[in-house]
Amino acid sequence: MITLGDYLFVSGLLFTIGFAGVLLRRNIIIIFMSLELMLNAANLSLVAFSRFRVDSLGMPDYHAQVFVFFIITVAAAEVAVGLAVIVALYRARRTIHVEDINTLKF
Amino acid sequence: MSPFFFWFFSAMMLVFGAAVIINRNPIASALSLVVSFVGLAALFMTLDAFFIGIIQVLVYAGAVMVLFLFIIMLLDLRAEERRKINLVAFGGGLAVALVFFGQLYLVIGQLRQAKQPFPPLALPRVDDVRSVGLLLFGNYNLPFQIIAVLILVATIGVIVLSKRELR
Repeated sequence: MITLGDYLFVSGLLFTIGFAGVLLRRNIIIIFMSLELMLNAANLSLVAFSRFRVDSLGMPDYHAQVFVFFIITVAAAEVAVGLAVIVALYRARRTIHVEDINTLKF
Repeated sequence: MSPFFFWFFSAMMLVFGAAVIINRNPIASALSLVVSFVGLAALFMTLDAFFIGIIQVLVYAGAVMVLFLFIIMLLDLRAEERRKINLVAFGGGLAVALVFFGQLYLVIGQLRQAKQPFPPLALPRVDDVRSVGLLLFGNYNLPFQIIAVLILVATIGVIVLSKRELR
């Protein structure tokens, strides 16, 4: 029997993979993909909670799914803007390694 | 929902999610990300959220991934050469991620509801597009329109950013 905890566990594992990607990788595009993984881990736990909270009519709680819809929309806009920033950065610096971009480093 | 499908698609999502951050070649990473998102969409469908699963495939596997591959092509990225890894930073990052997961695991273990199975639905089929749509255009009408403005702002921002010289 699959419980709510199993879904939360898988979602936490996916978030940890994304978090580790942000911390460990030095390629800015991979870091960006890891951000997407973390956003989707949050979506998975929201949908699991939505299915868990069944109301008196026997329907899932759709407020969480509307929230997931908004998260997906914002994530899509974020990807578009972020990738444009990366392209502008590459034009200026000819690199996408975060270790080579250290002008602001103390 | 059958346990087999849950574990199969979870394993698919997690293995390819790990492949995203392990691969050295950015194109392989991007394609692993697609497979990972398709597994996630299947998990949404095991939770009776068919609408969310479908827009997950459309938006991520369709639009976002094409954007990623397009940028990789535009920047002409190859598999990155091996660099010297800063072992302290690598170990520290791994430790932070593992401690974070340990904390999450403990919190989920203490949650009383986490051990309960999902309650059954009244109908075998849910019409979730209708329910989500009613909420979206009723309760959440103002956020919905603000999101539309946000996308417009993002579009204009991208156009301004991609101009050769800013004025």
